[in-house]
Amino acid sequence: MTAVEEKSGSGGGRVSKEGMRGFFREMLLIRRFEEKVEERFRAGELPGFLHVAIGQEAVASGVCAALEREDVIASTHRAHGHSIAKGTPIERIMAELYGKVEGCSHGYGGSMHLYDVEVGNLGANAVVAGGIPGIVGAALAFQMRGEKRVAVAFFGDGATNAGTFHESMNLAQLWKVPAIFVLENNGWAESTPAKQHLPLPVDELGKRALAYGMKLIEADGQDVEAVYLAALAAREHALSGAGPVLLHLRTYRLVGHYVGDPQVYRDKKELKEAKATKDPIELLRARLELSDDELASLDAEVMAEVEASVEFAKAGTDPKPEDALANVYA
Amino acid sequence: MPELTYREAVRDALSRALREDEDVFLMGEDIAEMGGSMAVTQGLLDEFGPKRIRNTPISEMAIVGSGIGAAIQGMRPVVEIMYEDFLTLSMEQLVNQAAKHRSMSGGQVKVPLTIRTQGGAGWSPGAQHAQQLESWFVHVPGLKVVFASTPEDVRGLLWSAIYDDNPVVFFEHRTLYPLKGEVPDELEPIPLGKARVHREGKDVTVVATGRLVHDALSAAEQAEKDGISVEVVDPRTLLPLDEETIIASVKKTNRCVTAHEAVVRGGFGAELAAVIQHAAFDWLDAPIERVGSRFAPLPFAPVMEQYVVPQVEDVLDAIKRTVARA
Repeated sequence: MTAVEEKSGSGGGRVSKEGMRGFFREMLLIRRFEEKVEERFRAGELPGFLHVAIGQEAVASGVCAALEREDVIASTHRAHGHSIAKGTPIERIMAELYGKVEGCSHGYGGSMHLYDVEVGNLGANAVVAGGIPGIVGAALAFQMRGEKRVAVAFFGDGATNAGTFHESMNLAQLWKVPAIFVLENNGWAESTPAKQHLPLPVDELGKRALAYGMKLIEADGQDVEAVYLAALAAREHALSGAGPVLLHLRTYRLVGHYVGDPQVYRDKKELKEAKATKDPIELLRARLELSDDELASLDAEVMAEVEASVEFAKAGTDPKPEDALANVYA
Repeated sequence: MPELTYREAVRDALSRALREDEDVFLMGEDIAEMGGSMAVTQGLLDEFGPKRIRNTPISEMAIVGSGIGAAIQGMRPVVEIMYEDFLTLSMEQLVNQAAKHRSMSGGQVKVPLTIRTQGGAGWSPGAQHAQQLESWFVHVPGLKVVFASTPEDVRGLLWSAIYDDNPVVFFEHRTLYPLKGEVPDELEPIPLGKARVHREGKDVTVVATGRLVHDALSAAEQAEKDGISVEVVDPRTLLPLDEETIIASVKKTNRCVTAHEAVVRGGFGAELAAVIQHAAFDWLDAPIERVGSRFAPLPFAPVMEQYVVPQVEDVLDAIKRTVARA
């Protein structure tokens, strides 16, 4: 969670300059972490395969800053940013990517199954839309017990074509559970562009909320302040008893679907333009008018943390092979 | 000892758990005012109210998935999937989510969810309302699988399933709902993973589940007239399996028949046969016989249905085949 000191309430509020710098630092940390992960993966140090969310940092930071520690999230296969923003220390995430006991899922999960229940991360899910129904159930439990907590599902535009999404939206609205459905709309279902998987314009995907009579809140997913304020409003609505919210955030994936994806399906000009105009970190840097020196010093600080996370991970403990059988049953 | 039907026994376990524990609640299609398509949950809405007896949309993924989410938050949901054929709609949530959260999280979460469902042929429902799919779930690490065959068992096992900290797929057999049986005054939990020896014998062991337990008992009585002494064992929990009881029985009788209503190929009998031959190879005097449905989707016309689904005579024939071997 980022260091936003004042939560300015829903609608029209602004985040303090200090708060915005906090966002910048966290987004930069997520970016540098993911770049490092790519680098270490290409160097052959990380098993499995990886998805990074470069370009989508403002969604993770803005949404999670609006949540309390006892609120819960379910993430996706593109989970590093959400997990960092919800409060898991980066060295525990890095250790997980190295398959170590010290990892946030103790080496059982990997990049696509980052869990940290203590900070409310109920797990990243490698099945598109697979985590959404569980969030309805978590929200139902909060509602039944009268707890002031929200449950938040992250998913992309691709997930909105899955049956689990529709069943979950319907049930959540029917029972008015305190859930927030964060539609992280990057316009891509893996390699398939929105125009090939959506029968409506990509920017209008939020309309799907209307079919369920669900409250729709939309914001520019590249503007962390807008995301944060929208998420605060969503949380307030969800807790009011009025029902869940579809929080539609238009964002941009400035990288391939997976690390190593040659993106043969993507127009190079479009990608270049998106990188030049949609990078949420560059946009925020310009807005904060950070000098080169300020940026360099912040970057050095963040990089030191990232490097330390790699050292921590590499020095971690390998699980014993037979540990595989330890957590099959409670 | 009071007598309850199998249906009443399920309801009794549910009501007691609902009464004693605020964390227990029910979700499913038509379970509230209608009382469930098998009338199992009749009356529960009146006693426990709509917050705890929750009618759902026809959304099997969301029913199971929201049950998972609530269970991880410490509730003990009991969800009903009206027919086990419809479990297929919730497979992703059951197999990828419920079964795997604990392992994928490195032991951080528990999923104390019970998924009740029912199925079974004998009333011409056709191909999509009576399949027996229990063996599919035995293949999934992280799930537990129960299939109860008597009122006493269904009550004690359901209680244990609700209070187990793992996802339990709980199979009931449709044709057994009216079956009456004595149950103890007080509900006695029956531990998961414990088989029941229904009848002792010395010539052949029939390991049977669901309706076939009763068919096996009938076949055993008939076999006795021919001087064949049959032991009937019901595993009751298919996962985890009480291998010890089953293997001890086969080592005593030296012959074994497996019997279930599901199709033979890839059925639970195949797993039983593999476990038994490995543990008791030197004790076996005959190949293990497997009784189950013929390999066809369940046809509608009663004459064809009857032909596909195993009957008492099929168990009896299998018993005689094993005993005929020297």
